[in-house]
Amino acid sequence: MSQPTLNNPMDDRRIGAPLLEIRDLQVAFATQSGMVPAVNGVDLTLLQGETLAIVGESGSGKTTTALSVINLLPGAAQITGGSILFDGVDLTKLSEKELEKVRGKQIGFVPQDPMSNLNPVWRIGFQVEETLVANGKATRGKDARAKAIAVLEQAGLSDAKDRMRQYPHQFSGGMRQRVLIGIGLSSTPKLLIADEPTSALDVTVQRVILDHLAKLTAESGTSVLFITHDLGLAAERAQKLVVMYKGRVVEAGPSVELLQNPQHPYTKRLVAAAPSLASQRLQRSSTTISTPDLRNDEGVDVDLVATAEDRAARAAKALTAPPAVQVENLTRVFQISSGKLRSEPFTAVDSVSFSIAKGTTTALVGESGSGKSTVARLVLKLDEPTSGRIVVDGRDLADTKGKDLLALRRRMQPVFQDPFGSLDPLYNIGSTIAEPLVAHRVGGRREQRARVLELLDQVSLPKKLVDRYPNELSGGQRQRVAIARALALKPDIVVLDEAVSALDVLVQAQILALLGELQSELDLTYLFITHDLAVVRLIADNVCVMRKGKIVEAASTTEVFDNPREQYTQELLAAIPGAGIKLGV
Amino acid sequence: MENSPNSRSSLSETHFVASLDETPLQETDSVAEDSRPSNLYIDAWRDVRSRPLFWISGVFILLIIVVSIFPGLFTQIDPRLCDLGQSNAGPSAAHILGTTKQGCDVYARIIFGTSTSLTVGILATIIVTIIGVIFGALGGFFGRWVDAILSRIGDIFFAIPYFLAAVVVMSVFVQYRNVFVIALAIGAFAWPGTARILRGQVLSVKNADYVTSATALGVGKFTILWRHVLPNSIAPVIVVTTIGLAGAIVAEATLSFLGVGLPPSVMSWGNDISAAQRDLRNNPMTLVWPSIALTSTVLAFVVMGEVIRDALDPKARARR
Repeated sequence: MSQPTLNNPMDDRRIGAPLLEIRDLQVAFATQSGMVPAVNGVDLTLLQGETLAIVGESGSGKTTTALSVINLLPGAAQITGGSILFDGVDLTKLSEKELEKVRGKQIGFVPQDPMSNLNPVWRIGFQVEETLVANGKATRGKDARAKAIAVLEQAGLSDAKDRMRQYPHQFSGGMRQRVLIGIGLSSTPKLLIADEPTSALDVTVQRVILDHLAKLTAESGTSVLFITHDLGLAAERAQKLVVMYKGRVVEAGPSVELLQNPQHPYTKRLVAAAPSLASQRLQRSSTTISTPDLRNDEGVDVDLVATAEDRAARAAKALTAPPAVQVENLTRVFQISSGKLRSEPFTAVDSVSFSIAKGTTTALVGESGSGKSTVARLVLKLDEPTSGRIVVDGRDLADTKGKDLLALRRRMQPVFQDPFGSLDPLYNIGSTIAEPLVAHRVGGRREQRARVLELLDQVSLPKKLVDRYPNELSGGQRQRVAIARALALKPDIVVLDEAVSALDVLVQAQILALLGELQSELDLTYLFITHDLAVVRLIADNVCVMRKGKIVEAASTTEVFDNPREQYTQELLAAIPGAGIKLGV
Repeated sequence: MENSPNSRSSLSETHFVASLDETPLQETDSVAEDSRPSNLYIDAWRDVRSRPLFWISGVFILLIIVVSIFPGLFTQIDPRLCDLGQSNAGPSAAHILGTTKQGCDVYARIIFGTSTSLTVGILATIIVTIIGVIFGALGGFFGRWVDAILSRIGDIFFAIPYFLAAVVVMSVFVQYRNVFVIALAIGAFAWPGTARILRGQVLSVKNADYVTSATALGVGKFTILWRHVLPNSIAPVIVVTTIGLAGAIVAEATLSFLGVGLPPSVMSWGNDISAAQRDLRNNPMTLVWPSIALTSTVLAFVVMGEVIRDALDPKARARR
């Protein structure tokens, strides 16, 4: 086999002897029905100064593998076999006392959720000092304080001295993650384990944080074990990838090689389904660089590039259609109470205007707090605008009341983000999908039943599911049910509020493909609310980029991606994970 | 750094691919089609079914219900047919638990007193639940001024100790003392607890996405409250109600014992205990037997409540 030419600038830097060697690791969870294996014979080798990413879906065992290195496994889990050699010492054989000396000092850890991993009742400064003292890097008092300030400064926090006295709730998510990274690196460990360190953050923040993390670890020669579900992100940030599936390693190797030449069918699936990569591939299909064509590969059921291309071809015809939804100068001002009796106005949506042609998809993209979900609520008339107009099929939403409103609700249906929250746990699937039919008194019992079965078929769910309950379904299946419910009344317009954001990549790809098919089949108009530009690239005809309640850029998708005019849009585009990968020869 | 550069580079650049046989690929997001339907209440039932305490307390409660409806099935002796010549007699073949000071059969009085205790308990609980659910659900669901008014009314009633209030009410309505009045007196002051619990639940459930979804689908407000919000927030009320029933039975016995409950003409465990206390020294068993009946009934309902609480709380279920 010929070695691929690696074009990664990180490669020639401080790669040394193996630092961490995991051999045939077995981890099992004790359950009522005996020991259930979660990790099944994992092997991996991490060299000094190297960054290695473990990629996999939820439940693949990636976090369990990483946590077993420092034995922070949850109570029910147990290492049942194999060895973890760290610097020549088998960590699985160490006592709790001996492990404490390794944790923090030699192996740093950055947890997933910056919101819950800082104690809300202690000042930031105290929490950093505590770590330093516990790891013997400082003595209590002035010394610890000075060093803590240095740690925060190094983590990239401005005014570190003043920040020391603040509490976690006064920090944004990105700042908290910086603190956690600072704590993780405070005693210059040889190895840093970062468990999805940025999955809760906005993309632009994610990029800045990861850049900073890369800089810090490169300076100190720290190895990084990076856990993520995002293949694009992993390939961009690590030299080596380990793909896990059902507790096993299915493929491992250099990042770029793995992306360009995936061998295992599961890796192929992942490459085909990752929006960040697909959006890249879409971009590049117009240029010269060749990428694997996976659409007809065995085992791969969804290739997002193919989905996106098919969809775009169909929707192109519809672009000149009359607008289904027109939003003019929409403004929503909230009164935020800021003390005892006073309240301050907060403009969540600031004179937003756009229109969606019938049968097309318009995406509203923005980071958290940009007002995109408020727009969705206003369009769905779940909230009243402060000023401005929303016209749906020629009717002003403000004047629609009573019967007309009911009729309007029939034509415009929502699908929400959280597949676990949007279905009533006490309603079985049949009743859930039939609910809009019952509410609008469409048909008799038997016709409703028939329609439910037809809808289940449309969203590719087995008919047997009618008398099951939501807690028995996976996130993707629940989201299919939510889509079926939205389609029950044969609406023209579907508002998708982050409808695929909470799903695993493979499931997400399936749902995106399903949405594309349904659009062409039923001539649907989509308003697609998301924070993920990569997904937008694949599903939308037009894009409105929102920031702080305003639309900063609105154009066709190709224009926005090929030719972004606003600086903010450019930043967003650059922050798509995987945007920095240099694919190709 | 003892490794040769060659082995290092081979380590960092090998491309490992697992064989497909080791981890057969499953279809993405496949459905387990053969499992049984389950939701919170179905799971709770499955859980409860396997617990001996559920069956023990359940059978006992069922027995109490049968006794109170058909007391004649359990004793042939008329509890009102008292023979003063048999005053304070010990157990005998005719009177297995002995007789009271008035010469009445203790066992028969306990059997015929069951329906009083149970009726008061059930009636009081129904009153508490109806008022509590209406106040809690409406207040929590509609919020704003509705909530302000309903919650303040609840607070007023909450501030009055319900037992004290019942004593006062019963003292005022001396000539109307019967099972219904005593149930009303207990129920009318005990509901704010239920209302508060339900209001808290409704507040959290009404913000759930499925409620928003239902609104956007065009489902009416009251339908949402009735069909989505209430079923999802009623579980703790079921628990409180079961335990509250035991409390109401105790309250009736206590009021009767204090002489402000049911008139002596009505047979009830509280009255029996009250009458027996004067003979505590020479015939303590006339006090002990009705007390045992009262305690075991209350215990059965409390245990049942605990079992239901465990079953309805999936986290507690997982811990066992």
